[in-house]
Amino acid sequence: MDFLNSIILLTNFIIVPGITYGSQLALGAIGVTLIYGVLRFANFAYGDLMAFGTMVVILMTWYLQSKGISFGLLPTALLALPIGILLTIAVSLFFDKTVFEYYRNKKSNPVTFIVVSLGIMFVLNAVVRIIIGPNDINFMDGHKFIMKAREFKQLTGLNEGLAIKSTQVITLVTTIITCSILFYFLNKTKTGKSMRAYSNNEDLALLSGIDPKKIVLITWVIVSILATVAGTLYGLDKSFKPFTYFNNLLPIFAATIVGGIGNPLGAFYGGFLIAFSEIGLTYAYKKFFKYIMPESLEPSTLIQFISTDYKFAISFAILIVVLIFRPNGIFKGKVI
Amino acid sequence: MIKNIDFRICFSVMTILTVLVGLFQSWGIALSMLNLCLISAVMAMGVNIQWGFAGLINFGVMGFLAIGGLATVLVSVPPVHEAWSAGGIGILISGLFLAAVVISVFMINKKLSKHKYKNYFVFLIIILSIPLLKFIAGPSISKIESINAATSGFLGGANLPIIFSWFVGAILSALVAFVVGKVCLGLRSDYLAISTLLVSGIIITIVKHEEWLSRGVKNVIGLKRPVPYEVNLQESEWFINLVQFFNSSKLSNVLDPEAKISLLNQLVISSSGVFVKLCFSLIFLVVVFVILYFSEKALNSPWGRMMRAIRDNEEAARAMGKNVVKQHLFIFMLGSAIIGFAGAMLVTYDGLFTPSSYQPLRYTFLIWVMVLLGGTGNNYGAVLGGFVVWFIWIQSAPFAMVLINLFTNHLDETSYIKEHFQNSVPYFRYLMMGLGLLLVMRYRPEGLLPEKIIKN
Repeated sequence: MDFLNSIILLTNFIIVPGITYGSQLALGAIGVTLIYGVLRFANFAYGDLMAFGTMVVILMTWYLQSKGISFGLLPTALLALPIGILLTIAVSLFFDKTVFEYYRNKKSNPVTFIVVSLGIMFVLNAVVRIIIGPNDINFMDGHKFIMKAREFKQLTGLNEGLAIKSTQVITLVTTIITCSILFYFLNKTKTGKSMRAYSNNEDLALLSGIDPKKIVLITWVIVSILATVAGTLYGLDKSFKPFTYFNNLLPIFAATIVGGIGNPLGAFYGGFLIAFSEIGLTYAYKKFFKYIMPESLEPSTLIQFISTDYKFAISFAILIVVLIFRPNGIFKGKVI
Repeated sequence: MIKNIDFRICFSVMTILTVLVGLFQSWGIALSMLNLCLISAVMAMGVNIQWGFAGLINFGVMGFLAIGGLATVLVSVPPVHEAWSAGGIGILISGLFLAAVVISVFMINKKLSKHKYKNYFVFLIIILSIPLLKFIAGPSISKIESINAATSGFLGGANLPIIFSWFVGAILSALVAFVVGKVCLGLRSDYLAISTLLVSGIIITIVKHEEWLSRGVKNVIGLKRPVPYEVNLQESEWFINLVQFFNSSKLSNVLDPEAKISLLNQLVISSSGVFVKLCFSLIFLVVVFVILYFSEKALNSPWGRMMRAIRDNEEAARAMGKNVVKQHLFIFMLGSAIIGFAGAMLVTYDGLFTPSSYQPLRYTFLIWVMVLLGGTGNNYGAVLGGFVVWFIWIQSAPFAMVLINLFTNHLDETSYIKEHFQNSVPYFRYLMMGLGLLLVMRYRPEGLLPEKIIKN
């Protein structure tokens, strides 16, 4: 019984939140990595692109709610998602046409691209804050819990409860669907293959007749879809605040580089690695050891590697360790 | 497009603009803007040394500014004796332990540089040291933080004049930059950008949460000043005489003696604030001129030539026998020291240390906009960038207000849209910055004052 309790405890506090947060990071990281692989720069405006997409989704959700439309047990935001994706694609393509294309044709160095993406970051940041304001917005509606801790206790008779929020399940399902479509597209379809070829060796790809304009267009479309989906899922799970989205860029970058920059599968794993280490290393295992250890050996301290204040710092530290020991990432980079 | 703008013209324009703000808004606003312009100029010069001279991309500006700010607390605040006697020893021991860890990591790197498992040793040491450090320092930290938690709860500082902290901030920043540089400088430019950004995030997290050090998010307020306090000024004889002298014409118009005294009182109160800011401006001006002088000297010295050679062609410079790694590390430390200096100046000017106010957008990327807009590789450009960007940053809110009022004129006073836009006025500055950066990068990528290329 104690053993079961301890397992449930870990599931409730580490595995379930870890999978949710990891999926959100993974989706974001795949977007960053695709931009890096195909367009060859680190896009600092990505966090704000996520915020922009989520903002459109929220506005659309409010509109739908005012019309009395809802999605039953599921959050209305899922209905609003397509509009958010479309507008985000439009914004991405607009910035690509007006800004990035010029530097791409000039073959500018990566640093110029980074600086320009900073400019776009400022602009998007302002646009989001001007339209929707800097405050916390909770736009989750529909059914909140699939399983409440109390219900679980009654159901199983265990001491520990297991709470599963519906947003957590939605996040996982959406991530699985999105990622399987994406990896199918990249690995099996002709366009996806040409994208990988372009990422791998630009000149060779051009020689074999791949149209670079089409590749760039498709990349921005995919990236915008991923950004909006990841942003909306994060916003549903926690809440929407423009500043948080900017801050999330940092663990997303960490996940991207840990997985090998330019490598989508690596970014996927990187997201989960970052999420689980953030949650796992800041969790106090005292109660867990209470269950599995004999009473005489009960721990007196919290058994916590580092305090929760340093949650973000962990992902940064992991990144720096990876950069020193394996600068190409745990999974070798630069192969979409 | 004008190829070469004389820096004197630019600075005259900025001076005129500042004077105009003084005349039309108020001298208090103009001077506080000038002061922040000067501080920003110092920050921009620090970044310019790293990016303009050596091509090192440092997105960790915020972290080094925070270290400078931390230095003001550590230097100027009076020590809390109770806290020292309660947990001082524990903190000192853990400080020594931390130093031992850092040194042993460096020693392993040096002595066992060829060893197969070197990296694993380093990794193991760092991983083991964190819980150990917590174990050593934990009890003392909780003791220190429990002493007068509401008003102090930290170790305090050395109770020295706050001017010292500017230099201490520079030294601390340089030391941190040494460690960061050792770790990150070998990386490619975009990795360096990301990893310095993350390191600055770690620094801010530490400053925010280590309450025994600087009260963390509880903030330290009421720091010392290198200039007189308004209250003391208002009571001193010479200052009242000075105010009387400057406003003699205004005062002589008032005939009633009682009204005269109350007017004088008002004038003294309002001018004391201006006077304090003026004193700050003078000190900051001296700092800017000294740093500018030495940066110019350095840029035009053989060392500066070497740095530019390394920046423009690292391989060639290496082939000429220049130690690129060492020079990069040195210039990274130098630039960070200047940024730390500016961070201490900023906190001194504000009179309070608020770790939660450090945000990358304001304290890293804005400084970068200054450097890029002003002119990469040109010290005057960095100073000008500091002025222009801060000027726009402050003045864009009133400007946006005017624009919004113009466009929503036909709308009702209580209209939702009008109110919404008026509330979001502060964010128009981000829009201006972004557009400004994009335009400069497109049409004048070398900045307002381009780098001067000296031909012998």
